[in-house]
Amino acid sequence: MGTFSYFPHTEEDIRQMLDRIGVSSLEDLYSDVPPEFLFKGEYDLRDAMSEQEVRDFFAALDAKDSRLKVFVGAGAYDHYTPSVIPYITSRSEFLTAYTPYQAEISQGTLRYIFEYQSIICELTGMDISNASMYDGPTAAAEAMKMALACTKKKKRILLSRTLLPNVISVVRTYAKFHGVELGYIEAENGQTGLASLQEQLAAGDVAGIIVPGINRYGIIEDYNGFAEAVHTEGGIVIEYCDPSSLAVIKTPGEWGFDVAIGDGQSLGIPVCYGGPYVGFMACRKDYVRKMPGRIVGQTTDADGKRCFVLTLQAREQHIRREKATSNICSNQSLMALYVTIYASLMGPQGLRDVNNLSYGGAHYLHDRLLETGLFEDVFPGMPYLKEFVLKPLLDVEKLQKTLLDAGFFAALSTEEGYVSFCVTEKRTKEEIDALVETVKSLR
Amino acid sequence: MRYYDKLIFELSKPGRTGYSLPASKYPELQIPAGLSRETPADLPQVSEVDVVRHYTNLSQMNFGVDTGFYPLGSCTMKYNPKINEEVAAMSGFNALHPLQPESSVQGALEVYYETEKALATITGLDRFTFQPCAGAHGELTGLMIMRQYHISRGDLKRTKVIVPDSAHGTNPASAAVCGLEVIVVKSKENGLVDVEDLKPLLNDEIAGIMMTNPNTLGLFEREIGEIAALVHECGALLYYDGANTNPLLGRVRPGDMGFDIMHLNLHKTFSTPHGGGGPGSGPVGIKEKLLPHIPVPYVAKNEDGSFSIVKNSAESAGTVSGFLGNFGVILRALTYILMLGKQNILMAGPLATLSANYIKESLKDCYKLPIDTVCKHEFVFDGLINDGADKTEDGHGATTLDVAKRILDYGFHAPTIYFPLLFHQALMIEPTETESKETLDDFIDAMRKIAAEAAEDPALLKSAPHNAPIKRPDDTTAARQPILKYKDCK
Repeated sequence: MGTFSYFPHTEEDIRQMLDRIGVSSLEDLYSDVPPEFLFKGEYDLRDAMSEQEVRDFFAALDAKDSRLKVFVGAGAYDHYTPSVIPYITSRSEFLTAYTPYQAEISQGTLRYIFEYQSIICELTGMDISNASMYDGPTAAAEAMKMALACTKKKKRILLSRTLLPNVISVVRTYAKFHGVELGYIEAENGQTGLASLQEQLAAGDVAGIIVPGINRYGIIEDYNGFAEAVHTEGGIVIEYCDPSSLAVIKTPGEWGFDVAIGDGQSLGIPVCYGGPYVGFMACRKDYVRKMPGRIVGQTTDADGKRCFVLTLQAREQHIRREKATSNICSNQSLMALYVTIYASLMGPQGLRDVNNLSYGGAHYLHDRLLETGLFEDVFPGMPYLKEFVLKPLLDVEKLQKTLLDAGFFAALSTEEGYVSFCVTEKRTKEEIDALVETVKSLR
Repeated sequence: MRYYDKLIFELSKPGRTGYSLPASKYPELQIPAGLSRETPADLPQVSEVDVVRHYTNLSQMNFGVDTGFYPLGSCTMKYNPKINEEVAAMSGFNALHPLQPESSVQGALEVYYETEKALATITGLDRFTFQPCAGAHGELTGLMIMRQYHISRGDLKRTKVIVPDSAHGTNPASAAVCGLEVIVVKSKENGLVDVEDLKPLLNDEIAGIMMTNPNTLGLFEREIGEIAALVHECGALLYYDGANTNPLLGRVRPGDMGFDIMHLNLHKTFSTPHGGGGPGSGPVGIKEKLLPHIPVPYVAKNEDGSFSIVKNSAESAGTVSGFLGNFGVILRALTYILMLGKQNILMAGPLATLSANYIKESLKDCYKLPIDTVCKHEFVFDGLINDGADKTEDGHGATTLDVAKRILDYGFHAPTIYFPLLFHQALMIEPTETESKETLDDFIDAMRKIAAEAAEDPALLKSAPHNAPIKRPDDTTAARQPILKYKDCK
């Protein structure tokens, strides 16, 4: 013993501890396990590695991945992560703590979650935010259940066809098992259709609708008349948003909606092959008792000092067990810290600048691609921010392969047969020009 | 730890910024009137140094595993190795977009494959999905697979799931979210599932049973063989709640005990940091026969040795999160598994079990031990033997809450309290295998001193903590008059 750096026990320690317990060997500690369940084989694992061997192992794997310039969004946005973020989030006081059950020695975590909640409320225009959820799509599924809990007798949830595909997939999965009837609001000219919504509402029983702020085609949706239409029928409106865009586009609060959800990834979290990200959920104060997840609130301690605690816990699974709205018991605390630091560094002007650069690059790319004559505009004149789709007039596989070989991840195929592009502030004008030149080579 | 009383918003001054971005080479953005934001978001306006100092100060009010011993029962707060962080921070992995073509992410897919293979041999199950982001999410996913299995066989009556009364609160909550009715099976005096109580509950409406073994009292369910046979005989499946897997490392495999589905908490058993509540990862393992029902997408190895992503499967339960999984967490877990290797894993479970039994035997003369038997990685006391009630005017001695608050003064995190619900003063201690005998001895000394303090002067415990950045918070006012964001403070 003493040969593995994570186990501090010496032979003598083990002997003394066994003596205190009153048994003679470690095997005796498993005397309650029926012998047939004691594993006697050999694990099909590699031999233990040293740190440098582990480092080499992963460097070799890392080398098998291509380094690409990312021109795709679709739910994961390659925005810049300021160097302060990894520096602060790797502080072990944050990193190696657990859920702040003991408020007295968790004020760091509790304070930044309170700040995070405040930032999410500012961005979405909502009254109350929870302490975060797993990711955007699961936050949508949780919002679906919340809508049903808020509007007791209604049973249907409507999803816009313009939501991201993975959001629809996850909501559909939860709905199937939870016994929720889903309906769909059809798209009209790349937007959630008001006429289709009205038709579905007329059929009755709608607890809520989920619609995107910026949709799967990158279009900034116009929701004039939506809140009124749904509220008249007693339902609630849930908007799935890209929080980065909320610095410049109309917020769920401004539309008069009831719940805002989405993925906080676009606020300083690396794309990191799909996770970890952070879902967010915010709502109007009328609905707070039905909101899932942890919530942090301000209070005072026994000496009257300002402090922060987990609060409104009577909603949660560890109290209500099977009667809780949700089974969620953790949050993505560290990722919420990414978001909090990011929003603090950027401030209102920085977030506007990020959108400005992304918008400028995306519109520049859009126009250059159309000029090649190899694409057609799908929704001419519809407003978009950093993401757009085009109809390809060339062989898509060849296009994608050529781009990939030139070091670009771009032109993601959509279900509708379009190709999707996204530009963030990380993409330089030179990179965009190079991408366009690569496309031109296919003429 | 030192008290610090600022919020980032309180450092804000109009005109300050903390970012640097390239200059724009394009025309200014133009969003149609009616679609643009009306009032700017009132975010903090602070400099970079403000941000760094603020969060550094906040961190100093926090206690983590790197600060000290964290015996939080059921949470497996083992040491989080630093090589894990180095691997997860590798720039190539961080820059991968989740929708990149398979050919451009062969290394990342191999990480999934390697991790799946390792978890399979460690648990005795066959395949894993990595989509679940946490333990509770894994439970829900596992139950979805269970239901999908019955549905795809046309066995639609199976809408009930059996859960022991000692289960984690997430078990019944996950079952309810999955549309299953919860049937509770009782525990016996000795803390184990009552097989006689279970038998009449089993019928053709039961989809499965959710168990953790060792259970939440840290006791091994010795009759698991009989339970598995009974459950399978009635056509139902066994789900293993992986929160308590740590003592099994190197000794016992859930698959061998008859479990068909399980989740693992990579942030517990596989040493990835808890991050103040997340991100975690809750991969779900299954026996091969359930593969058609595993969520999509998932990673598969091709005959030529390359890797691909299976995106569609007719009988799949569905999709439970945005992409393939919390890749950054999985990288850390695989790093840990490689460091353990086939040699060191053999000692992980036994040393965790040794530590738990050592503390239990060293404190059971001061704290009530309702079930005095060998435990696994954790155990539960039911409060103090002498709570000092005779020293108080109202006859209320020191409670488990008071003990938990007092232990903070001694520089330790508190154990889990008031769980499981089987005991009124539950105090659940889980030391893990990464703590030295000296650390355990210091903790034992502190707990013995606290027991002595309680007997002499329970008021000392009731007003604890005395050395933390704050005293006990007023939870009642927090819930009655909620202040949930900065703008509500004023």
